[in-house]
Amino acid sequence: MGENLIEITELAKVYSTGEIAVQALRGISAAVKRGEFVAVMGPSGSGKSTLMNILGCLDRPTSGTYVLDGEDVSRLSKDRLAGVRNRRIGFVFQSYNLLPRLTAAKNVMLPLLYNGHQHLSDKECYERAVAVLESVGLGDRTQHRPNELSGGQQQRVAIARALINDPSIILADEPTGNLDTQASEEIMDLVHQLHDRGSTIVMVTHEPGIAEYAQRVIYLRDGQIASDRQNGKSRKRGKL
Amino acid sequence: MSLRRTLQVAWEGLTLNKARSFLTTLGVIIGVAAVIVMLAVSAGAEAEIAEQINSLGPNLILVMPAFTRGGFGPGMGRPPSLSYDDISAIAQNVTNINGVSAEQTTDQNLKAGGVTLEDVSIVGTTAGFPDVRDYRVAEGRFLTDNDNDETLKVVVLGYDVAQELYGEQSAVGQSLKIASTKFTVVGVMEPKGVIGNTDYDARVYIPLTVVFKKFTHARFGGDDVRTIYVSAASREVMDDVMSQVSTLLQKQHSTDATSSGFNMITQDSIINAQASTTEAFRNLLGWVAGISLVVGGIGIMNIMLVSVTERTREIGLRQALGARPRDVQLQFLLEAMMLSLIGGLVGVMAGVGGSYLFNALGTMRTDLVPASVPLAFGAAAVVGIFFGYYPATRAARLDPIEALRRE
Repeated sequence: MGENLIEITELAKVYSTGEIAVQALRGISAAVKRGEFVAVMGPSGSGKSTLMNILGCLDRPTSGTYVLDGEDVSRLSKDRLAGVRNRRIGFVFQSYNLLPRLTAAKNVMLPLLYNGHQHLSDKECYERAVAVLESVGLGDRTQHRPNELSGGQQQRVAIARALINDPSIILADEPTGNLDTQASEEIMDLVHQLHDRGSTIVMVTHEPGIAEYAQRVIYLRDGQIASDRQNGKSRKRGKL
Repeated sequence: MSLRRTLQVAWEGLTLNKARSFLTTLGVIIGVAAVIVMLAVSAGAEAEIAEQINSLGPNLILVMPAFTRGGFGPGMGRPPSLSYDDISAIAQNVTNINGVSAEQTTDQNLKAGGVTLEDVSIVGTTAGFPDVRDYRVAEGRFLTDNDNDETLKVVVLGYDVAQELYGEQSAVGQSLKIASTKFTVVGVMEPKGVIGNTDYDARVYIPLTVVFKKFTHARFGGDDVRTIYVSAASREVMDDVMSQVSTLLQKQHSTDATSSGFNMITQDSIINAQASTTEAFRNLLGWVAGISLVVGGIGIMNIMLVSVTERTREIGLRQALGARPRDVQLQFLLEAMMLSLIGGLVGVMAGVGGSYLFNALGTMRTDLVPASVPLAFGAAAVVGIFFGYYPATRAARLDPIEALRRE
C-alpha cells in the first residue's frame, strides 16, 4: 500500500439522456493521501456530486481509473462495489438519512448487517455501536429514536454509523447543510477530531467557512479541477 | 447478510405499518380459508348425497317413464306411463327380487280424537315397501296387495305419529281421519329416524290406489306411477333383473325394444352421476377459492410496490451502507412471503375452524379434506413468492444515487 489512499486518473463521466450527452466530469486526475482532510468545492453543476458518487462507489466512471486503497474499483460489479462501500467507505449525508423507526444504536448497527466477513453476534454488534456512539459523545442517547434527537445529534449518529466498519475513508456530503451555526461548529469539531485520530476525510461543501476546516481545498468548475490548494489556515476553529 | 438478520429486517418492515400489513394479509386469509371450507363443503355434500342414495335401500333399481323428445304430436300418442298394474306384474313375474314398490306422497291434515296434525306426509305405497326400504313394522301389519286392490282405507303410522296420537296406547285398531276420510290403523312402523331430508317416523302409509282415488286426480294423469322401486336380491343379479323388467314392460305396454319407453336407473348410476356433478361443483368452488387467493396475492404485490416506493430512500441508504441488490431483493421478498405465510397460517386456522363451525351449527355438512390444508398453505407460499418477486426485483434494481435523492 502506497502513501496515496485515493488515486484518480483522467476520470470522466458522461450522462446521456436521449440525444443529449452531458459531460459531468472531463478528465480529473488527483490523489488523496492517507490521513488527509480534503474539501471539494464548486458551484452547482460543477461535477462535485458526480465526483463524490464515483468516490463513494455508488457510480462508475465512463472512463479513467479510480484506485482506492490499492484496488482499482472503477470496473467492479455492483455486488463487489456494495462490498467496497460497506467495508471501506463511511457516508455522511446532508440529511442524515437515519431510519426513523430504529433507535440510534440500531441505526449505527446497520452497516454491520451487510458485513459479510465478520460474524459478530447481535450483542457484539450492539456493544460496538454503543462504543462508537460514546466516541461521538452520544453515549447517553443510544436508545433514542431520530425524532427525539436534535439535528446535530442526528448527524453525530450518522457519523457514528459511518465509523462503525472502520472505513478507509469518510465521504461527507454537505454535512452541515441542514444545521445551524452552533451545531455546524460542533459537527466540524467532531470531524476534525476524527481527522486528528487519523481518518481520511473527503467533504463536499459550498460554505467557505466549513471548507476552512480542511487541509486542502479542491475547487471544481465545469467538470474539471479549477484549483487545488493547501489550506494554510486549517485547523482553526470557531471561525463560523 | 445472514438469513436471520434479513428476516428481522423484513419483520421490522412489516410492523412499520401494522394495519396495512393486516389488511393485506386478509386477502390471503380469506383465500386460504375459502379453499379449505369450499373443499370441506363439497366433500360434505358428496358424502351426504351418497348417504341419501344408499339409504333408499339395498341394490335398488328405479324404473321411470322416459321423457319423449318429440313432444305430443298427432299420431305420436301418449308416451307410455307406469301404472299400479305394472307393479303387480313385476312382483309376480320377475325373479331374484326382494320387493317392488312405488310411492306417491301428498300432504294432508290428520285428525284422531281431539288431536290434529297438520300437513302430514301421506305416502301412498304398496306391500313391497318395507322390503325395498329395509324398514320393518313394529306392531300390527303393513299394507297388503289386497288393501291396494280393494282400495281399503287402512293406514300404517310412522313411529312418532303413533306416539303423538296415542302415546302408550296401542294404535292398531284405532280410527282416524285423513282430510275428511276415515281410516283404520292397521300397523305402526319401527323407529327409523331422519335420513337425508326425510323423517320416516313423521309419515304415515296408506295404499297407493287410495291416494290416486282420494287425493290426486286421475283425470290429469294423477294415477300415473312416477317411479317403481325394484330391490334386487343381490348386486350380482341387478343386470338380470333390469333386463327382465325391461322385457316385461315392453310386453305390458306393447312398445318395441328399441324405444322401450322406460328408463332404468341404479343407485350406482345415480352415485356416478352425482359424483360427476359434485366434481364439477368442487372444481368450480376450487376455482373461486383459487381466484380469491390470486386476488390476495395481487393485494400483496400492490402493497409491496407501494412499500418499495415509500421506502426508496431507505433502500438507497441500505445500498450505500453496503446492501447488495440481492440483499435488498431478499428483504422485500421475505416481507411478501411473511405476509402470505402469516395469511396462510391464519387462513388455515379460519378454514378449519369455519368448517367445524358450519358442522356444529348445522348450517351444512362439511367434511374437512386433510389434503386441503397443506394445499392451501402451499398455495399461499407460492403466491407470496410469485407476487413478491416483481416488487422485490424492482427494489433491487433501484439506483442508489437516485434513491438517496428521493424525498
